[in-house]
Amino acid sequence: MMTMMKNTRTMRALQAAAGMIVLAFGWQILSMIFPHYLFPPVPEIISRTVEVLITGSLLVDVLLTAGRIFGGLLGAFALGGILAMVIGQSRTAENFVAPILTFFQGIPALSWVVFAIIWFHGIEFRVLFIMIMTTLPAFTFQILDAFRSMSKDLFEMTMSFRPSRWTLFRFLIVPTIVPGILTAWKVNLGNAARVVVVAELVGATGGVGYQLLRQQQLFDMAGAMAWTLQLVLFVLVVQQVITAIENWALRYRAVSERAM
Amino acid sequence: MSDPVIRFTNVTTVFSRPDGRGDFTAVDRLSFEIAKGEIVAVLGKTGCGKSTMFKIVAGLIEPSAGQARVIGHDPFREFDFFRGKIGIVFQNDRLMPWRTALDNVLLGLQILDSDPKQAEDTARAWLTRLGLSGHETDYPHALSGGMRQRVSIARAFAVDPEILLCDEPFSSLDEMTARDLRTEFVRLVRQTDKTAVFITHQIKEAMDIGDRVLAFHRPARIAYEARLNATTSDSDRQRVHDDIMRVLSAEPAGTEQGV
Ligand SMILES: Nc1ncnc2c1ncn2[C@@H]1O[C@H](COP(=O)(O)OP(=O)(O)OP(=O)(O)O)[C@@H](O)[C@H]1O
Ligand SMILES: [Mg+2]
Repeated sequence: MMTMMKNTRTMRALQAAAGMIVLAFGWQILSMIFPHYLFPPVPEIISRTVEVLITGSLLVDVLLTAGRIFGGLLGAFALGGILAMVIGQSRTAENFVAPILTFFQGIPALSWVVFAIIWFHGIEFRVLFIMIMTTLPAFTFQILDAFRSMSKDLFEMTMSFRPSRWTLFRFLIVPTIVPGILTAWKVNLGNAARVVVVAELVGATGGVGYQLLRQQQLFDMAGAMAWTLQLVLFVLVVQQVITAIENWALRYRAVSERAM
Repeated sequence: MSDPVIRFTNVTTVFSRPDGRGDFTAVDRLSFEIAKGEIVAVLGKTGCGKSTMFKIVAGLIEPSAGQARVIGHDPFREFDFFRGKIGIVFQNDRLMPWRTALDNVLLGLQILDSDPKQAEDTARAWLTRLGLSGHETDYPHALSGGMRQRVSIARAFAVDPEILLCDEPFSSLDEMTARDLRTEFVRLVRQTDKTAVFITHQIKEAMDIGDRVLAFHRPARIAYEARLNATTSDSDRQRVHDDIMRVLSAEPAGTEQGV
């Protein structure tokens, strides 16, 4: 049973790798047809990518961006969690807050950039503001959904022991919403990674967005690819970490041996 | 005689139906009293409001009209007063899937802030008593229906409540296990001087367990009541059994109320 599961996992990894190899292969062919400043060869992109990772002064930019992503997500998660708990308690609060969040969801990231530049001075604060505003609605709705999916039976059962609000929160609400929260983190991580580079256009003097802008000015396609890959790799790695946490936190779930 | 532990006075519960088909009366001017130390068995056709009556005693819902008093207090309004006083075995097991069998039994004790070491000893003892030793670290999904039901019985007993409400607690067990647990249940309630209300669909079980048997109308109201004790003769028992049969068969069979 265990070996079969390992095999499927290896199979999946192999299939994913195969897909990427085909993509790289196609790009390599393009690089043979078109000039290198348009389509730099794959080995060059790889070496530039590795260069960023092993050069301290460049790696700092990646870490800075990673920090901004996490900062924004943590802020949105905290605010969204509080909002969701408040909305979850009362229909009135929901009727009041939900349309505002939906309205915010419709505002493009670039508009938040413009607002941030006009309203605020500090660069880090601007970035944080943009990151929070763009991920807050989704976070709130996802946590709210998880909260709403709470089992009425378990709620009654827990209430029959007459817990304090805090105990109810710890023993029932938290375990109920954890799966939803982990999914929300995964989804919002991808969004945040896309928004952060736009946010860094507010005049950041460091970070992946800043570096991308420089590659454009230098007309350096390989560099642009290398910096883009930093973000993609970052998202993949963090998502793997969240998946690992998920597998641990949801280990109580029955695994059906039969696939669909 | 001292004040009753549970007293219902004309308790009525009306549920409003979300599809706007008007209101639905689940409990209709229900009145009864249960004294301390009594074991009362409740019988009634499906959907007659037995579980709803439990929810009122447990303070999970407030009656639409009438008055429910438990130990002289309002179970719905006086939330903190009843902490640790009422234990419920629900009709379905209601185990937390993220907690192991042991942790599920520990839930009530943790809510009551019991000493962790002592709580664990208590919980383990209850699992053993219910024949679940060796399954302490199993998650609910790995337990059978009957095992889950027993975990939920252990969870209710572990907090040592004054009042026990059991909603068909042995229904998903085989007859042998159920019989052993019935005997054990009566012994425990007597020994620890608890008051117990026991819902069942089996007339025989009700008569084996109860000092008193109540049969409900649909919507819930007392349709029949009989007192039993060790000296009740076999012919009297047979008569009670027949009476209950007659009362329950006179109830309409449908789940809908007559208009
Ligand atoms: N929350 C609710 N909203 C609307 N109707 C409800 C609700 N809870 C119960 N009812 C209705 O009240 C009636 C009584 O339900 P209850 O669960 O008390 O029956 P019961 O006597 O326990 O039946 P069973 O023996 O099948 O468990 C049923 O007809 C049910 O549809
Ligand atoms: Mg019921």
